[in-house]
Amino acid sequence: MLSPWFLCRNEDLKEMLESNKESLKLEAMKRIVGLIAKGKNASELFPAVVKNVASKNIELKKLVYVYLVRYAEEQQDLALLSISTFQRALKDPNQLIRASALRVLSSIRVPIIVPIMMLAIKEAATDLSPYVRKTAAHAIQKLFSLDPDQKEHLIEVIEKLLKDKSTLVAGSVVMAFEEVCPDRIDLIHKNYRKLCNLLVDVEEWGQVVIIHMLTRYARTQFVSPWREDAVFDENSEKAFYDSEEERRVDQSKPYIMDPDHRLLLRNTKPLLQSRNTAVVMAVSQLYWHLSPKHELSIITKSLVRLLRSHREVQYIVLQNIATMSIQRKGMFEPFMKSFYVRSTDATHIKTLKLEILTNLANEANISTILREFQTYVKSQDKAFAAATIQAIGCCATNISEVTDTCLNGLVLLLSNRDETVVAESVVVIKKLLQTQPSQHSDIIKHMAKLFDNITVPMARASILWLMGEYCEHVPKIAPDVLRKMAKTFTDEEDIVKLQIVNLAAKLYLTNSKQTKLLTQYILNLGKYDQNYDIRDRTRFIRQLIVPNEKSGALSKYARRILMAPKPAPVLQSAFKDRDRFQLGTLSHTLNSQASGYLELSDWPAVAPDQSVRNVEVVEPQKNGNAVKVESRSESESGSESSSSESSSESRSELDSDSDSGTDQKKNTKPKPKTLNIMTKYILIHIVLSISSPFFVNCMCSLLHLCVFLACQFDAVSWPVRVSLQASSPVFVPETSHELLHRMTGKGLSAQYRFTRQPCIYGNSMVSLQLTLSNRTDQALENIHISEKSSTGQNIHRFNAIGELNTTKEDEFSVSIQPAVGELLLPITMSEADFTKEQGNTNTSYWHADETPTNQPIHFSACISRFAGKTVSSGSLVLVSVALKDPDAMITINTEKTVMGSMLLRQVKTALTNSGP
Amino acid sequence: MIHSVFLISNAGDLFLEKHWKSVISRSICDYFFEAREKAVEPDNVPPVIRTPHHYLINIYREKIFFVSVIQTEVPPLFVIEFLHRVAETFQDYFGECSETTIKDNVVIVYELLEEMLDNGFPLATESNILKELIRPPTILRSMVNTITGSSNVGETLPTGQLSTIPWRRAGVKYTNNEAYFDVVEEIDAILDKSGTTVFAEIQGVIDACVKLSGMPDLTLSFMNPRLLDDVSFHPCVRYKRWESERVISFIPPDGNFQLMSYHISAQNLVAIPVYVKQNISFFETGSSGRLDITVGPKQTMGKTLECLVVTVHMPKVVLSANLSATQGTYNYDPVTKILVWDIGKLNPQKLPNLKGSLSLQSGAPKPEENPSLNIDLKIQQLAISGLKVNRLDVYGEKYKPFKGVKYVSKAGKFQVRT
Repeated sequence: MLSPWFLCRNEDLKEMLESNKESLKLEAMKRIVGLIAKGKNASELFPAVVKNVASKNIELKKLVYVYLVRYAEEQQDLALLSISTFQRALKDPNQLIRASALRVLSSIRVPIIVPIMMLAIKEAATDLSPYVRKTAAHAIQKLFSLDPDQKEHLIEVIEKLLKDKSTLVAGSVVMAFEEVCPDRIDLIHKNYRKLCNLLVDVEEWGQVVIIHMLTRYARTQFVSPWREDAVFDENSEKAFYDSEEERRVDQSKPYIMDPDHRLLLRNTKPLLQSRNTAVVMAVSQLYWHLSPKHELSIITKSLVRLLRSHREVQYIVLQNIATMSIQRKGMFEPFMKSFYVRSTDATHIKTLKLEILTNLANEANISTILREFQTYVKSQDKAFAAATIQAIGCCATNISEVTDTCLNGLVLLLSNRDETVVAESVVVIKKLLQTQPSQHSDIIKHMAKLFDNITVPMARASILWLMGEYCEHVPKIAPDVLRKMAKTFTDEEDIVKLQIVNLAAKLYLTNSKQTKLLTQYILNLGKYDQNYDIRDRTRFIRQLIVPNEKSGALSKYARRILMAPKPAPVLQSAFKDRDRFQLGTLSHTLNSQASGYLELSDWPAVAPDQSVRNVEVVEPQKNGNAVKVESRSESESGSESSSSESSSESRSELDSDSDSGTDQKKNTKPKPKTLNIMTKYILIHIVLSISSPFFVNCMCSLLHLCVFLACQFDAVSWPVRVSLQASSPVFVPETSHELLHRMTGKGLSAQYRFTRQPCIYGNSMVSLQLTLSNRTDQALENIHISEKSSTGQNIHRFNAIGELNTTKEDEFSVSIQPAVGELLLPITMSEADFTKEQGNTNTSYWHADETPTNQPIHFSACISRFAGKTVSSGSLVLVSVALKDPDAMITINTEKTVMGSMLLRQVKTALTNSGP
Repeated sequence: MIHSVFLISNAGDLFLEKHWKSVISRSICDYFFEAREKAVEPDNVPPVIRTPHHYLINIYREKIFFVSVIQTEVPPLFVIEFLHRVAETFQDYFGECSETTIKDNVVIVYELLEEMLDNGFPLATESNILKELIRPPTILRSMVNTITGSSNVGETLPTGQLSTIPWRRAGVKYTNNEAYFDVVEEIDAILDKSGTTVFAEIQGVIDACVKLSGMPDLTLSFMNPRLLDDVSFHPCVRYKRWESERVISFIPPDGNFQLMSYHISAQNLVAIPVYVKQNISFFETGSSGRLDITVGPKQTMGKTLECLVVTVHMPKVVLSANLSATQGTYNYDPVTKILVWDIGKLNPQKLPNLKGSLSLQSGAPKPEENPSLNIDLKIQQLAISGLKVNRLDVYGEKYKPFKGVKYVSKAGKFQVRT
C-alpha cells in the first residue's frame, strides 16, 4: 500500500508535470525515472506523463518514452493515446526520430496495436536509412513475442532484411531470425556468402549472433572435414566421431572442403583477435565444431588469452576448455602452466583449473602436475584441497605408472591435521585400492589404526567398507574393529551404521567363529534403530546370512552375493558428457538444456546442393556464354579500399594466401574467356522489390565505362531529400587494367582497379586498388610513387614498400586512365528532384543527342535515369536515356563540359554496340 | 536476450532495476541472494545461477553485483561481456562505478541503459557514440542545466552510428594535435619456495590517448614485433596489415582507448625483476610464529623498482603481528588477516627487511601451510619484455602532431609460494 507521504509526493509531481515550464516538467520526469529505477510504483501518474509525449524537448521526450515503455502494459487504454504521436514521428524526415519512434512503438506491449506495428515494421524495413532498418529488425522480435501469430508476415520481413547489404542491419536481422524462425535455414542460402564477407565489419554483438547461426548452418550444409585426418588424431577421437557412415563415404572419394566452408573458416579467423571475449569464444566454438582437426590449434592461444580477463569470463572459458581438453589433450598441453592455480583465485575457478590439469595429465607431465598438486593440497581453502585429492586419485587411475606414488602420497595425507583432507584421502584411497587390493593390506592396516581419530562419517564408512571387502587380507584386525564398532554403534551416523552391518555380515561369512556373537549383537541393535533404512538392511542381512527354516534358497548364495568381486569405480571427469552441447552456450555452462537451445545437427553424409548459395547478380544479354559473376561484396573494413593498396608479394603467393583479397581474383579467373576485351555489352540486371514504395534498379555495366542507371519508378517515395548524399555503388566491376606491363617494368607489373568504395583519405578522391606483382626471381626494393610524377594531381601516396633487394634503380612513368564513369559517385534522389535539377538553370550546360540504336534495347521502362556527382568537385551529373524506338535520346546535364561530352560519347558507343 | 538488469550492492541492497521486456518481479533476486549467502565471499558467487524459469548471469565489480535475467539460451559470455561494458561505461561517465555515483546519476544511468540495449540486444556500446547521444555530466554542465533547463541529451544522430568506422565521431577539431601511447606490461609469475620460476608470462596493453583533428590514419610500428605472441586489437586496427607487415594501422577513436593487448608466454623472455627471501614459521608450542622477509632486485635492467608492496594473506589463526621494517610501513588487519608491507622505492644498497613475531590464537593447531606472498611493483620507462615502438606515422592529415610513448612495467599476478 502506498504511504500517505508517497501519495502527497505524487500529487506534487503531477502538479509539476502539468505546469507550463519545461524545466519543471523535466525535473518531475527525472524524479519519476528515479522512482522507476528503485522499483517503486509510479503508474498512477500515467495520464499526466503521457500528455508530454509530443514534447519538443528531447530529453523530456526520452524520459517520457522510458516511462511509457515501462507502464504501457498496465495501462493499455491510456497508452493508446500516445500512438498517433509515434505514427506521425514515423514519417519524420529525421532518421533518428523515425528510429526512436519505431523503437518505442514496438516496445509498447499492447496487443491492440499489433496491426499498426506490423505496418510500421514493413515500412521501416524498406527505409533508406540503415539505422531505421536495424530498428525494424529489433522490432520484429518484439512483435513476435507479443503476438506469435504474426510469424508468417514477420518471416517475409526477415527475408527481405536478410538481403540487406548494410553491416548495421546484419547482426540485428540474424538475431531476429534466430528468435522467430531458426529452422528456416533456406532463407540463409542466398545470403550465406554475403554474411561471411560482411562479418568482419559487423559490430561485435552482431558478430557473436551471426557466428553462432553460421555454425548451425554449416553443420547442415557441409560434409564432415574430420574423417580424413582421423588417423592422426588422438585415440579417443576416433571412437567418438567415426560413425559407420563416414567411413563408407571416406572410401569412395577423398575429402575436398566446400569453398563456402573454407570461406567461413577464413573469414572468422581474424575475429580471434577481437577484444570482445564473446566474439573470441564464438569463433573458437565455430572452429571446434567445423574446422578440420589439424587447424584447431589456432584457437588455443586466444582462449588462453581470455584467461586474463574478468573472473566471470575465466569461469566460462575454463569450462569450455575443460570440455575440449577431454577430447584433445594436445591442444592445451603446451599451455599447461597457464592453468596453475593461484591462492587468490575464486574457488570455482580453482576447481575448474584443477579439472583441466587432471585432463591434461599424461605420462610425460604427470610428475610436474603432481608436484603442483602437492602445493594445492596444503591450501588454506579446504574445499579446494579436497578437490585436489580427488584429482590426484583421478591421475592415479588414469596413469598406471604413478598409481603407487599417488597412493603413498595419499596415505601420508591420512595423518594430516585437517579432517576434510583426511576424509577425502580415505575416500580416494578406497577407490584406488579397489583396483589392486591384494598388494595393499598394510595400507588397510594403517587406516584401521587411524580409524579412531577420524570423525567424518563418509571416511569412517569408507574404511569400514574396505575392512569388510578385504577382511581376508587383514584377518586379525577386522574382528577387532567390529568389536569397537559394536560399542559405539548407537552413536554413529546412519551411513556408518549401514557399513557396520555390512562389515558384520561379511565377517560372519568368512570368520564366523570369532564374530558370531558380535554380529548377532549388532543385528539386534540394528533391528530397533530409528532409521528404517537400517532396520530394513538389518532384516535383509539377517535373513541372508543366518540360516533358519524360513530362509529360502538365497542364503546358500549369501557368500556369493556379499563377497562378489566388485568392479573398481571409474574416476572420470565431470565434463565427460558436456560435449553433447554446443560449446559456448548457456546449456553447456549449466550442463542441462536451457529453453530455446538449438541442437547442433550432425554432419550430413552427403552434402546438400551447393549451388543454392550461388547468387546471380548479372546476366549477359549479348553473348550466349553464361557469365556468372558471384556477388561477393568485398567489404574490407575500409582498410583495403585505401587509395593505394599495396602488396609486395607475387601473385602466385597471393593465391595461396588466405586473404579475402585473393578471393576476388579467383572469381575473376573464369571471366577472361567470356568477357572478351573487345566486345562490349550491357549487363542488365533488374531487381524488383515489390512493396508499397518499390524501386527498380537497372544496372548497366559496360566493360570500360560503367554507368549505373538507377531509376526509380516511384512517385510516392519518401519526402526526404537526401540531395547530394552519395549512395553505395550497386555494382563493382572486378576487372583490373594494366598499369605497367612486366616487360616494360623490368619484371614489375602493376594493375589497377577501381574499387568504388568511398575513399578514406578525402571525399574528393577516388580509391584505386593497385596490385603490384614481382615477376622476376629477384626481390624488388623501395617501390613508391615518386613525387614529381603527379602533375598537379593530388595523390595520396602509400609508404614505400621496403624489405626486398636489388642493386639498380629504375623509374617508370605510368598513367592511370580512368573512364569517366569512374570519377562519378552515384547519388540517390527522387524522380521529382531529378526533373527539378534537370530544369535548373544553375546546371548551365547540357548535352542532348539522338542516337539511332541498331536494335531496340531491352529496357523495361521508357526512361532510365542516373544521378551522380563528380568525385573531385561534387558537381551534379544527371544522365537520362529516353527510348523512342528505334532511337534513344540521351540527355546529360552537368556543369563540366568536357566530362559531359566524354560521357555522352561513351554512353553512345556503348548503346550502339550493345544490340543483341 | 537480456531481459532485465538489477544492481545489487555488496551489502545486499537492490538499488536499481531496469527492464527491457515485460517487468520481472524483483523477487527473482532471492535466488541470487541465496547463492550469495552460500558463497560467503562475493568472489565465489557462481556467475550463472539457474532458477525454475529464468537464468541469472551476474558479474561482481567495484563492490556491485550486476545481475541480469535471461529467459532463453544465449552465449553466457555475451551477457558477461556486455555487463562489463556497462560497468566500464559508468566508469567512463562518472569517473568511478560505485553505488553512490550510480544513485546520484540515476537518470543518466537510466538513459544510458536505454540506449545500450534495445529489446535485450546491444544497440550502442561504443563510448564515442554514447557520448554524443548523452553527454557525460560535468559540474559546469549540471549548473548550466539547472539554470537554463537545457538537457544532457544530444539532439543529433551520432554520425558514427552510421559509418563504417563507428568508433570515431566526425568533425573532430583540436588546436594541439597530440597522440600518446602507454605501453604497460604486467608480469604474471609464480615463484616457488626456493625462488625458482614455476610460471611466468607477460601481459601487455597499449593504451592510447589520441587527440587528432579530422580523419587521421595512423601507422604504429615496432622495433621487434616478433616478440608478440598473441595479440588482440581494438576493432579499429586493420588485422590484415598486421598479418602481412606486422604494423598496426588504424583510424583511431577520439580520446582514450585501449589499442591492443598482447601476451608473451615464452618463459625465457620474462625477466623477474625481484627476488624475495622469506622465512615464515609457526611454532608447535607457545602459539606464536616468526616472520622474516627480505626483498632485493634481480633483473631490473638498471632501473629502479618503485611502489613495491608485499601482501600476505595470513592463516585465520594469526591474531596480531609485532614486526619491524627497515624501510616502509606495514599494517596487519586482524579482520581480513591481510598483512600489507608498503616498501616504496627499492634501494639496492640497503635491502628492505621486515622481521618480527606473529601471535596466534592460543590452543588452535599450528597452520598447515605457510601463506604465499603477493608482490606489487612498478618500473618506469621500461617494458620488461624489451618491446619498443619504432615510429608513428600519420597519413591523411597535413598537420604534424605531437607524439609520445611511455613505457611502464608492473607486477600483475605475482605470487611467491612459501
